Amino acid sequence: MTISFNHLPTATPEAGAALGEAEATGSPMIQVEQLDKVFEGGFQALKNVSLEIQRGEIFALLGPNGAGKTTLISVICGLVRASSGTVRVDGHDNVADYRQARAMIGLVPQELTNEAFTTVWDTVSFSRGLFGKPRNPVHIENVLRALTLWEKRNNRLLELSGGMKRRVLIAKALAHEPKVLFLDEPTAGVDVELRREMWEVVRQLRDQGVTIILTTHYIEEAEEMADRIGVILRGELVLVEEKAALMRQLGRKELTLHLDHALEQVPAALAGHDLALSEDGHALVYTYDVTRQEEGTGIAGLLADLEATGIRVKDLHTRQSSLEEIFVSLVRERA
Amino acid sequence: MNLQSVKTIYLAEMSRSLRTVLQSIVSPVVSTSLYFVVFGAAIGSRISEVDGVSYGAFIVPGLIMLMLLTQSVSTASFGIFFPRFSGSIYEILSAPISYLEIVLGFVGAAATKSLILGLIVLGTARLFVPFTIQYPLVMLLFLVLTALTFSLLGFIIGIWADGFEKLQLVPLLVVTPLTFLGGTFYSIDMLPPFWQTVTLLNPMVYLVSGFRWSFYGSGDVSIWASAFMIVAFLGVSLAVVNWIFKTGYRLKP
Ligand SMILES: Nc1ncnc2c1ncn2[C@@H]1O[C@H](COP(=O)(O)OP(=O)(O)O)[C@@H](O)[C@H]1O
Ligand SMILES: [Mg+2]
Repeated sequence: MTISFNHLPTATPEAGAALGEAEATGSPMIQVEQLDKVFEGGFQALKNVSLEIQRGEIFALLGPNGAGKTTLISVICGLVRASSGTVRVDGHDNVADYRQARAMIGLVPQELTNEAFTTVWDTVSFSRGLFGKPRNPVHIENVLRALTLWEKRNNRLLELSGGMKRRVLIAKALAHEPKVLFLDEPTAGVDVELRREMWEVVRQLRDQGVTIILTTHYIEEAEEMADRIGVILRGELVLVEEKAALMRQLGRKELTLHLDHALEQVPAALAGHDLALSEDGHALVYTYDVTRQEEGTGIAGLLADLEATGIRVKDLHTRQSSLEEIFVSLVRERA
Repeated sequence: MNLQSVKTIYLAEMSRSLRTVLQSIVSPVVSTSLYFVVFGAAIGSRISEVDGVSYGAFIVPGLIMLMLLTQSVSTASFGIFFPRFSGSIYEILSAPISYLEIVLGFVGAAATKSLILGLIVLGTARLFVPFTIQYPLVMLLFLVLTALTFSLLGFIIGIWADGFEKLQLVPLLVVTPLTFLGGTFYSIDMLPPFWQTVTLLNPMVYLVSGFRWSFYGSGDVSIWASAFMIVAFLGVSLAVVNWIFKTGYRLKP
């Protein structure tokens, strides 16, 4: 089943205009400064978190369970009070100017709610009114259609599957045409197909100028979706990087050349390359940068030099460390 | 003031009541009728007059109060407890609305519903006994203030409760008994002197008495004492709600 989200309706003219303005001023959409959160009972869930989220980007907050992802989102959305530090949404302080700040935000919570008796249409319309927006049945219809909920509009929530309920939560968040969308573990417990669909929805929203922040503990998700990734561990934001840069920085590629005949050492003729010999001498491991490979210098040169030395290569394979590995190594580093 | 948001909460709460319209309206009508059959007709026929009115007429204001208090508390407490229980409270707390607006929506809806029920009970009572209301405006004012105050109390209970048992505890163990003992079915003149004094500690006495005064021009305590009590009650409830939102008690960690 493929579903087209060809008219996901948050693409309001204002969204585009806001984007244009922002690009002019260059101010971030979300600005978190030195945020601390100590829960009653003394547990510190956020430690001096500072973060800027740019307009129109997809930002993935990546971290294991209990790292503080939900707490950070909750503080930004006004559901949890910060112990210290500030949050600004489009320049509005989320405490002093909470109305302006919150009006921009749509939040899709991690946990499904169980409202049971309300219909899909009513609960989504409620969300719009709650945010102070005038009735707009056309917008609600567009949202429901985009999320393939239109057929279910008169169903009560208790009649829906878990995946459908999650769509309803997304629809509720989009009902008031937010400029920023928070998705807290949007695909946890969701089947593969629905996950793909949600990624599609998220991309479309981004294309319409909506800034998206999603949390996940699936590396795959961050890797697939995000423009930038923030890694949070035990309440600390340990790293914020462009996804591509993160991959480049930590995701070096390895080319392993399996040799016909074992070598004693790396031949002098190949000294110019970043090569290591395997223990048994049967393989040469070449480590290189993904970017350099793109420029086409490294490998081609190596292969030419190999040819010249007459070393016969039986087989070769490459591998690139995935975000998973990067993440695991980060966790280890911090442990 | 974000009227659109208030209206949205208010209408959603009202439509929740409408979904259960049968049990919302039928049960108070039935129970009022039962009170009349038991107290008005069966017992009342043996009691001639209380404070110059027939016993049947005497209990009308108390019955309305009983209904108003229990309905206000239960509707409002359930109204705010349910989103906490279902998890959908996140939406209300992250919406661009003030605490006052949240309270107006929830408490306004609960008060409206119990006011309507109070008037239905009044109408039902009129079918059983003839009576006239001497001060209709005062009566309405008392009705509105009481509905608001006890809807606020319900709102507080709905935030304090962490389970369905607690939700029903206060109405069951506090509000209903105090109202029963607060002169709904008798004039406190009928009690021995010691119990008269004890009864004056029961705040419900003042509410029932004041409300009865608006009907028949006489009550157990002075109308000013009643008026003071209802306003004081309202003030305390507002202060508690204000404290809840200031501290984020049970709402915002
Ligand atoms: N209301 C709360 N009171 C006390 N501790 C909390 C509360 N909410 C979350 N925590 C704790 O804060 C930590 C971070 O939680 P959370 O932000 O939900 O993590 P994540 O979303 O990354 O899985 C956890 O250890 C959790 O137990
Ligand atoms: Mg979480």
